[in-house]
Amino acid sequence: MVDQHIVRQFDEELDEMRATIAQMGGMVEQQMANAIMAIGRRDEVMAKRCQEADAEIDAMEDKVEALTLRMLALRQPVALDLRAILAALKIAHNLERMGDYAKNVAKRASALAQLPEVGPINGIVRMGRLTHGIIKDVLDAYSEPNVDKAVTAWTRDQEIDQMYNSLFRELLTYMMEDPRNITACTHLLFVAKNIERIGDHATNIAETLYFQEKGTRLEGLRPKGDRTSYAVVEPPEADEAI
Amino acid sequence: MSDATQVAAQVATPATGAPKATATGTSAAVPGAQAAPAAVKIVARDVNVFYGEKHALKHVDLDINENEVTALIGPSGCGKSTFLRCLNRMNDVIDICRVTGSITLDGTDVYDTSLDVVQLRARVGMVFQKPNPFPKTIYDNVAYGPRIHGIARNKSELDEIVHRSLERAGLIKEVHDRLDQPGTGLSGGQQQRLCIARAIAVNPEVILMDEPCSALDPIATAKIEELIDELRENFTIVIVTHSMQQAARVSQRTAFFHLGDLVEVGDTEQIFTNPKDSRTQGYITGRFG
Repeated sequence: MVDQHIVRQFDEELDEMRATIAQMGGMVEQQMANAIMAIGRRDEVMAKRCQEADAEIDAMEDKVEALTLRMLALRQPVALDLRAILAALKIAHNLERMGDYAKNVAKRASALAQLPEVGPINGIVRMGRLTHGIIKDVLDAYSEPNVDKAVTAWTRDQEIDQMYNSLFRELLTYMMEDPRNITACTHLLFVAKNIERIGDHATNIAETLYFQEKGTRLEGLRPKGDRTSYAVVEPPEADEAI
Repeated sequence: MSDATQVAAQVATPATGAPKATATGTSAAVPGAQAAPAAVKIVARDVNVFYGEKHALKHVDLDINENEVTALIGPSGCGKSTFLRCLNRMNDVIDICRVTGSITLDGTDVYDTSLDVVQLRARVGMVFQKPNPFPKTIYDNVAYGPRIHGIARNKSELDEIVHRSLERAGLIKEVHDRLDQPGTGLSGGQQQRLCIARAIAVNPEVILMDEPCSALDPIATAKIEELIDELRENFTIVIVTHSMQQAARVSQRTAFFHLGDLVEVGDTEQIFTNPKDSRTQGYITGRFG
């Protein structure tokens, strides 16, 4: 099959749509990296910059929506083109949510910078880096497009969930051991949850890309590993308490 | 093909009083709803058509389901109209045309030498691209077929047939008070609906439509498309169309032809969301013409 449409303008519009998604993805990647850095380095300046940059991501989602609406109205797309346009709309929304969560992480970084440092921050940073890597893989998969890469990223969401489960428990333990940790650990709980949601959205992007390329849905339920809803952590024994 | 021949194809001796077959397996009107599998009305196997030396249609296997609209799409010269004309043997009137293979209607071979081809064309009616009403009144246009073949026993039965055909064709409201006016005085869209009324007046089982809307404006087109959707309750419809959007709107199954080959056939929704063949995808997305 020839790649180009007979009407070249349609190809130009599709290229613009894909380029906007790629640009948006790059911004989200950067936001994620910066937000985690702000947490790890207790960097309030970085945190503030991160919060301000989110508006740009929101504007990009509006741009994608306008492009897809235009093409749906004017081009009567079918088959692969239709799936690509719908995919772009969904992925733009996923990226916008990821950007929001990254912004929220950055907000908490400002608060954490003013509190005593607690141990689980390292775990949070590791979880953030893992998630950042998966986001990068998913966005690479979209650009190529590469379905296998998307599926691999899709399965790795479990790793994020496992990290989240253990961080959740760790944070609860820290709080029970010393009430002075409660404020910081509560912020970190939210941060961990935000990162876990970013991971979920990255997984959604992988699923959407699969549908765009194959025209069928990814088989089987996404491996959901988040067990924190069931987590019960016993307080440490009195003689073990610090 | 001359106008007279076209007309003769549409007006033919009908089968005597055969009751209309009830739909045994209509496609679900609601997307995604479970439906009984449709009965097959026409079966084409290994159909080849030659215009002299030119091999215009190659080894076509295609089932046409009863009470469904099957759309035939493809670029110009791909063989879709040629295939359509095989179904009621309109190709017989083209001297250099030769058809091989098998086409059966309810299990009966339509190319059997003992078959009355005039009767075939009553069972399998045709509507053409350019509306071609007779130079007669609206009434006489519709009454012509039933009249010459003695379907109606008396005037009031004939009136009933004309009225019902015009009603089924969605035209009665617009012409009920001027049935004695010439058919040629109607608008393009009305003329086409008159031709449809004329075709259904002789009780066909199948209606073939060769780009029935290409000469019509969008509103007339929409009215015909709505009519097609209503007609499929009682008739089997095969429509050739250049407009993919029309095929997507009106049909339940779509067959894509290219350079004489039947490339792909499937549920219309599947063809337009996830076609299996890259040539189908290339054509419907406008990547080649």
